[in-house]
Amino acid sequence: MTQRSTLSHLDWLEAEAIHIMREVAGQCSNPVLLFSGGKDSICMLRLAEKAFRPGKFPFPLMHIDTGHNYKEVVAFRDKRAAELGERLIVRSVEDSMARGTVVLKHEGESRNKHQSVTLLEAIEEFGFDACIGGARRDEEKARAKERIFSFRDEFGQWDPKNQRPELWSLYNARSHKGENIRAFPISNWTEMDVWQYIERENLELPSIYFAHTRPVVMRQGAIVPVNVPLVSGEVANPSRAGEEIIDLQVRFRTVGDISCTAPVESDADTVEKIVLETATTTITERGATRLDDQTSDASMEQRKKEGYF
Amino acid sequence: MTAQVEDHGLLRFLTCGSVDDGKSTLIGRLLFDTKTILADTLSAIAKTSEKRGLGAVDLSLLTDGLQAEREQGITIDVAYRYFSTGTRKYIIADAPGHEQYTRNMVTAASTANLAIILIDARKGVLTQTRRHSKLASLVGIPHLIVAINKMDLADYSQETYERIKGEYLEFAAKVGIEDIRFIPLSALNGDMIVDRGDKLNWYEGPTLLEMLEVAPAAHTEHTEKFRFPVQYVCRPQDSANPELHDYRGFMGRVEAGSIKVGDAVTVLPSGRESTVKAVQIGGIDIGEAFCEQSITLLLADEIDTSRGDMIVKSNEVPAAVKQIEATVCWMAEAPMDRARTYLIRHTTRDSKAKLAAIDHRLDVNTLEKVPAEKLAMNDIAQVTFKLAQPLFADPYLENRGAGAFIIIDESNNNTVGAGMIL
Repeated sequence: MTQRSTLSHLDWLEAEAIHIMREVAGQCSNPVLLFSGGKDSICMLRLAEKAFRPGKFPFPLMHIDTGHNYKEVVAFRDKRAAELGERLIVRSVEDSMARGTVVLKHEGESRNKHQSVTLLEAIEEFGFDACIGGARRDEEKARAKERIFSFRDEFGQWDPKNQRPELWSLYNARSHKGENIRAFPISNWTEMDVWQYIERENLELPSIYFAHTRPVVMRQGAIVPVNVPLVSGEVANPSRAGEEIIDLQVRFRTVGDISCTAPVESDADTVEKIVLETATTTITERGATRLDDQTSDASMEQRKKEGYF
Repeated sequence: MTAQVEDHGLLRFLTCGSVDDGKSTLIGRLLFDTKTILADTLSAIAKTSEKRGLGAVDLSLLTDGLQAEREQGITIDVAYRYFSTGTRKYIIADAPGHEQYTRNMVTAASTANLAIILIDARKGVLTQTRRHSKLASLVGIPHLIVAINKMDLADYSQETYERIKGEYLEFAAKVGIEDIRFIPLSALNGDMIVDRGDKLNWYEGPTLLEMLEVAPAAHTEHTEKFRFPVQYVCRPQDSANPELHDYRGFMGRVEAGSIKVGDAVTVLPSGRESTVKAVQIGGIDIGEAFCEQSITLLLADEIDTSRGDMIVKSNEVPAAVKQIEATVCWMAEAPMDRARTYLIRHTTRDSKAKLAAIDHRLDVNTLEKVPAEKLAMNDIAQVTFKLAQPLFADPYLENRGAGAFIIIDESNNNTVGAGMIL
């Protein structure tokens, strides 16, 4: 009869993710793993360790830096890559702006969606045929329908109505020169799974994931961090005239470009407390914290069609 | 592996039926009653429901992901949804039910271990019900739950339920589906999904969620032969570290069976034999491994092995075949061209393949075998392929991992078909 008890759900998800990473390494000639220093990509690094150690990773790490990232996260990104002894490539949206390939509508416009341009430029520069990313299907409606191995044409476009069938765990990563595969090993993970995995694996995180006090203002019902010091010495999200700045105890559920990620009010200062809070929250991760997804019902789908992750 | 008390692992299931059967409502209800839907998502669909002039919140809106789907009120593609009960995590593959979407249902079924077949209590067993059931059984789903839905519109009548159940059992016996459970539901009102409600008191069986909580997960039900397709070979060649200098790890996922240190193994296609020196995850010894675990195997002898090879136990070696008979589902707009060569991907191994014969096509509506000259999109047929390279195959119904393959068109790299070896 039964040979064994069932794998726990985390063991199953871990095994699936390792399998996917190895398929990328086995099928693609020049892959790259996107690493931002955020919680999902921190899990990805642990999965890559489990997939490939004692060998080196068969791909470099890459971050597309908008120049508007939290200092703590940027420092963590560099530290983690160094600890692992893996190569980290950083390409910057500000370089694309200097080249004129990214033009902001106005100075304060969010640079988040412009990452697509810099990403496509980096793919071309290095000749990457696959990018491994930490996107999850539970994050957003369009992502719920994206394949684990997602084909992008020469312009990086995702065509949701013309996706390759994907069956069993037989992945098709074939592409012609100039085309690209995006592979998502943690597609089947939820926010809760990520936090449980961080807890189980005892993974270190940038400090802003935990409760801390920072100056914020309230804009259209969202908590907006203001006067955020940047690596460059400049300040992001300056407060506007007439706004009341309050010091609030918050943590970030998701971390990305400062202009579009908002924290939530929280006193959870350990992973254990965050797992508990995640279990009882009433708002989705993106609903609470992504200012960019609220523009319209389809804004993620739109960005993906334009080459976004 | 961590020993976790009260973790009953993960169950993947699919829901079959059309929007008219209340499939989206059922999924919405499962997510809603297990508290997976959060306030902001609910308020978003409440807004949309109002915009469309609906009286109540339409839970089916939860599953419409793409712009075109929302605009047209249809489901185009397979969507994956997640919920957890604390003891078990679930992945729902939600496949659209229309006839032209056979390929979507086959896709959704390929990773599922259980299927919920929805029947509208007012309509009974329809052609579509039979088609979905047959497909589920072809794709080797071992457990079926037949959910007789919309009981609220059938006066919650036990007689209606029993009549449909009888009708279905008669059909199932013909098709050869074995493990079937039946349940009466009202997805709209939430009766018998998570809560029992108070209208179906004549039904004494478990609720839908109770059935899902105890359904067997994949690979736990019978003994399997060990199958380990090599995905990647780890050779750190670290001259500074003598331990790693000769390290040669074969990385892959256990597709079936189990393996432990000391087991005698054979590497295919070379046929060379050795014993297992170590079983590792991430360079750490774990001693033994089971089905679905991604591991690294180290062998006692130096055997030239690369991606596409398969490691098996020496007393369970599969046959190397250069011709396969299989059930194939064609998935591309362009029909299969008998004159062309395709690429077959089976485990981690690729082989060029040519169609040798079409034995018959399955009419998915009448479930009859009909002669066929070509294969068009959504066709299901029994065919024979000739292969350029030998494959180490098991019958699909014995072992999904070593019995399944996909067909790739090398001109555009598209996946154009899916096959199950007979």
